[in-house]
Amino acid sequence: MTTNRLISILIPIISVILGLIAGAIIMLISGHNPIEGYAALWNGAFGDQYTLGETIRRTTPYIFTGLAVAFAFRSGLFNIGAEGQVMVGWLAAVWVGLAVDAPMYIHLPLALITAAAAGAVWGFVPGLLKAKLGVHEVIVTIMMNYIALYSMNAIIRNVLTEKKTTTAEIHGSASLASEWLQSITYFSRMHYGILIALFAAIIMWFIIQRTSIGYELKAVGFNRHASKYAGMNVSKNIILSMVIAGAFAGLGGAMEGLGTYGTVSVMSGFTNLGFDGIAVALLGGNNAFGVVLAAILFGALKEGAGQMPTGAGVPTELVDIIIALIILFVASSYIIRWALLRFKKEGK
Amino acid sequence: MIEILQSIIPTALFYSAPLIFTALGGVFSERSGVVNIGLEGLMVMGAFVGIVFNLAFADVLGAWTPWISIIIAIIIGALFSIIHAVASVSFRANQVVSGVAINFLALGIGVFLTKQWYGKGQTDMVSEPFYTTNIPLLSDIPIIGPMFFKSMYLTSYLAIILAFIAWYILYKTPFGLRLRAVGEHPMAADTNGISVYKMRYIAVIISGGLGGLGGSVFALTIASNFSQSTIVGQGFMALAAVIFGKWHPLGAMGAALFFGFAQSLSVVSASIPFLADVPQVFLLIAPYVLTILALAGFIGRADAPRANGEPYIKGTR
Repeated sequence: MTTNRLISILIPIISVILGLIAGAIIMLISGHNPIEGYAALWNGAFGDQYTLGETIRRTTPYIFTGLAVAFAFRSGLFNIGAEGQVMVGWLAAVWVGLAVDAPMYIHLPLALITAAAAGAVWGFVPGLLKAKLGVHEVIVTIMMNYIALYSMNAIIRNVLTEKKTTTAEIHGSASLASEWLQSITYFSRMHYGILIALFAAIIMWFIIQRTSIGYELKAVGFNRHASKYAGMNVSKNIILSMVIAGAFAGLGGAMEGLGTYGTVSVMSGFTNLGFDGIAVALLGGNNAFGVVLAAILFGALKEGAGQMPTGAGVPTELVDIIIALIILFVASSYIIRWALLRFKKEGK
Repeated sequence: MIEILQSIIPTALFYSAPLIFTALGGVFSERSGVVNIGLEGLMVMGAFVGIVFNLAFADVLGAWTPWISIIIAIIIGALFSIIHAVASVSFRANQVVSGVAINFLALGIGVFLTKQWYGKGQTDMVSEPFYTTNIPLLSDIPIIGPMFFKSMYLTSYLAIILAFIAWYILYKTPFGLRLRAVGEHPMAADTNGISVYKMRYIAVIISGGLGGLGGSVFALTIASNFSQSTIVGQGFMALAAVIFGKWHPLGAMGAALFFGFAQSLSVVSASIPFLADVPQVFLLIAPYVLTILALAGFIGRADAPRANGEPYIKGTR
């Protein structure tokens, strides 16, 4: 048992190290200096207060999308739809931020709740179809992503603005931005969202580990038939899981809408926050604490990547390759586990 | 009405060809029991290779360039898909996760190398893309001629022919029977002496080749260059076509044609009287909404191959 636990902690760490080594090899082959490259990456992520603030800013939505994927994973569901849930949450948050006029203690919570509700609705549809008709949630969530993308663009163009591509700035009373946080980080776009994100992680941990709802959700994830036999309502739990997951992702969108940008724009493609959330959840072992750590890693990698072209002449996409490889390594954990056990046996 | 069809059908065929190729790849992979969310990434790879090869060899190969480009894209796509095969067949990775990784990896590599080789985020436009042709004699037939044989891409015909070939291979040959058996009940297949791993490797590699073909055809007919945003969702669309077509090559072709048709509607709608008033967003989301409805059983139940998505572990029950 203890070795198993140790191995499940080791696997993500080994995967990250392997990913970084592979990145170094790619830099060597393509004629860059890996030490310079990674130094630039480090400076781009943690070099000064500004980059540190931006790294935290980037980490915030990753925590939410990571939680959204991880939460659904716990009940055996694969939520590829975090992407669409982020978009509807973003749109809903900005919509409330623009349309409502209220004091902050009403306006901000209202915007956040609306964003969570929008994401929840986007999670409800695949959950319902999965629970009642057995439709695979992967396909439905992919389709929901596109429906979100095109609908959002149409709403921005035709409802929120008059044929413009970006909405007006939300009212200050719905904004998460903080002059104080900006001033201590050389005017980065860091905002209060990080606190909400950490709080959400605690909530996920609490629901999963300390409530009977969480117990049922996990039970359904382990064995659907046994849970049913034990008298649990499997359909209800599947739907609930997707709804909560969607709400997390919707809040992730609200972080961008209310915190980072204060607006929402027409998008030509996906934000990738949701897809990256899959990687975050996997690396974090679908555990709330792990998700936070993985989100920090990804936030730092993505933010630091911005420094790599100027600092070492390495294209930023190197980080995408590294992330893809990390996911592949984590996914192939069977072989790492096998190698670790083999190694251990031989050591004896 | 005829004039409308004459403008819609060639556009629909033009948009659906890449989807048909890729969806056929998806059918092969999923029929063998390997979920392939990585179709998008395989298309990205195909588009990247097709464009880069075309740019590099256009001077030497002349008019043959696009054809040789797509062959190279098939080969590289097939090789690239081996990563997915190794992870999901040998290493028992979660196939969906591995597919997601393939998507990230392909885009990462494509854009990384584009910046490395061309020093900017997108390549130049290719000088030798595919051009439309009129089929001799057939295009002179009244009504049908302009609809199906005038200013068409040869790749559209290739896609349709390939769908029938795929159907023949999957349903009329021993190889196809084995491939499907591996996807339905791997243990039974194994007991009968079929190598589950070998069949799944072959199926994934075929899907890689077809995905590469789809991506390169998209790049050389529609996009004409490669950048971050060349392939945005066509692979997922092809995946939807696989499911909409009930994992059948001809069904997938039909679904891809329908999606192509829906896409062409949103392109040519402005010139069609009764569609001009429909907000474009409805035409844009139509393929996705219809797929969900189809899955929900309103257009007949779709059953996946039974062992789809499950790694096969020899000796377990």
